[in-house]
Amino acid sequence: MSGIFVVAEHRKGVLRDITFEMLKKGRELAGASGESLTALVIGKNTGAFAERIAASADTVIAIDDPKLENFNGEIYQNILSAIIDEHKPLLIMIGHTAAGMDFAPGLAAAKNIAITTDCVDLKLDGQKLTAVRQLYSGKINAEISFKPAESYIVTLRSGIFPPEPSGTSGKLLSAACPDFPESAKRFIEYIEAATGTVDITQADVLVSVGQGIGDVKNIPMMEAFAQALGASLSCSRPVVDRKWLPQERQVGSSGKTVKPKVYLAVGISGAFQHLTAVKADIIIAVNKDPRAPIFNIADYGITGDLLQIIPKLQDAVLKLKGGN
Amino acid sequence: MDIIVCVKRVPDTNEADIQISGNFINTKGLPFDVNEWDKYAVEEAVRLKEKYGGTVTAITIGDSESDDALRRAFATGADAAVRVSDDIFNGSDAVASAKILAGAISDIKHDLVLFGAQASDDGYGATGQAAAAILGLPYASLVIKLEADNGKIRATRELEAGMNEVVELPLPALLTIQSGINEPRYISIMGIRKASSKEIKVLSAGEISVNTAEIGNNSGTKTEKLFLPPVLKQTEFLTGSVDEIAVKLAQILKDKGGTF
Repeated sequence: MSGIFVVAEHRKGVLRDITFEMLKKGRELAGASGESLTALVIGKNTGAFAERIAASADTVIAIDDPKLENFNGEIYQNILSAIIDEHKPLLIMIGHTAAGMDFAPGLAAAKNIAITTDCVDLKLDGQKLTAVRQLYSGKINAEISFKPAESYIVTLRSGIFPPEPSGTSGKLLSAACPDFPESAKRFIEYIEAATGTVDITQADVLVSVGQGIGDVKNIPMMEAFAQALGASLSCSRPVVDRKWLPQERQVGSSGKTVKPKVYLAVGISGAFQHLTAVKADIIIAVNKDPRAPIFNIADYGITGDLLQIIPKLQDAVLKLKGGN
Repeated sequence: MDIIVCVKRVPDTNEADIQISGNFINTKGLPFDVNEWDKYAVEEAVRLKEKYGGTVTAITIGDSESDDALRRAFATGADAAVRVSDDIFNGSDAVASAKILAGAISDIKHDLVLFGAQASDDGYGATGQAAAAILGLPYASLVIKLEADNGKIRATRELEAGMNEVVELPLPALLTIQSGINEPRYISIMGIRKASSKEIKVLSAGEISVNTAEIGNNSGTKTEKLFLPPVLKQTEFLTGSVDEIAVKLAQILKDKGGTF
């Protein structure tokens, strides 16, 4: 009914950026609609998190219980369900992350609260909520409305709302953990990706290949081109899914974030999980489709057949090099 | 192990110049395929069946055009297929689709239910997890590896930045499958054609357990309009012949990139 609630996200003792991104957007919505902004942090030893979050919220509700040491989406659903019953928030904001994606949809279904996911924008006009989200891997935007109801749930895309300290000093409330049934799901362990032989995060120049290269047989040609340019070879997720290159080469939210001087994307359409992980000085994209989302971040673009362009480009680079 | 796998037929918009028409895209002339994540889910279901025995049933929502997606599942190794189809399903959002699918799933014996982690058209990434809540099944999302053992599933979930998480669930359970979990076998046109004689059971809203006041145009959310994403950056497109473009780009790499 009233209030904007942000569910803070943390993993292995670290608050995740999405928490502050949601609080930034939540603050904006709260300001425009006169709603209050509450952050909710659920876990074990949440006190320090709550204090940090208090600078960005009106109220922080911290739930601290030793049984909450490891994330469990089912338990999050049970706890949030009790909190929703008690506070009846108008809007519940959750990250569109591996954690948020895990518990938000089931929470919405169990409570019969309308949800839309992976939002890139939100508007709150009185009690009327409108969301913008993307379809077809970022090629189309959709405006989503909600059937009038007491509460709404949204998940927010990472990296869209750059956080800034808002300087409030929110009230800290520690709430008793609502009772929850034991979960059938058991946490076993975290596994970190093995360190590979090539560290693409250290490269000054990256030639990054996507599904658009068409076939694993084109990998050697791309490797040769990268070598001619003095670059390392990286890739997008579909290339790893197809086992054309190993996971250590993957640029993306589930892979690596890269910060080269030059990023040359070849045959990468640019899903947001990829774009969010490219922090280059200059981005060049080669793609068949002039409306591929990769061009949303590219300084220079070439539309055409990469299999024709890359060998010619390699020749031109070698020629320029020879002239030095 | 009796496995149900949910699949969706989607337009392939990878290299398409998408045209908007009202609240939909114009799919005329676009090739259609099975949602990529669902291909991994079907492959995983069939591999589990091959290892542990049992059956695989594929389910989809849609009109007869969606039979393609079910035939592809048959060609991969599914044993049965169900298509739930009703005009009142139109306009369903992710949770409403989950309610429809859960209605169909609850009437079929199952030890394990698999969904693709997301669909390439709507990209909600929510339907499977919502269905788990409706069915009251333990679940794990974004699964990139799984092992079954003694009535339990050990699933590796993909988190961010190369981090994974391993969880254990009792059966029956629901998993959403992330791309890359396996290498889906090659399915020939011939294989799909051969599957065309297999029976697809078609069910209407009245034949599954679903509350029609909560689905279709009664969904909690509604798409009001579609529009092209705003252009955030002015990309300088290089033009000319392939040779000219190559020379221009090589010069840019030298001058601005300082790469050689």
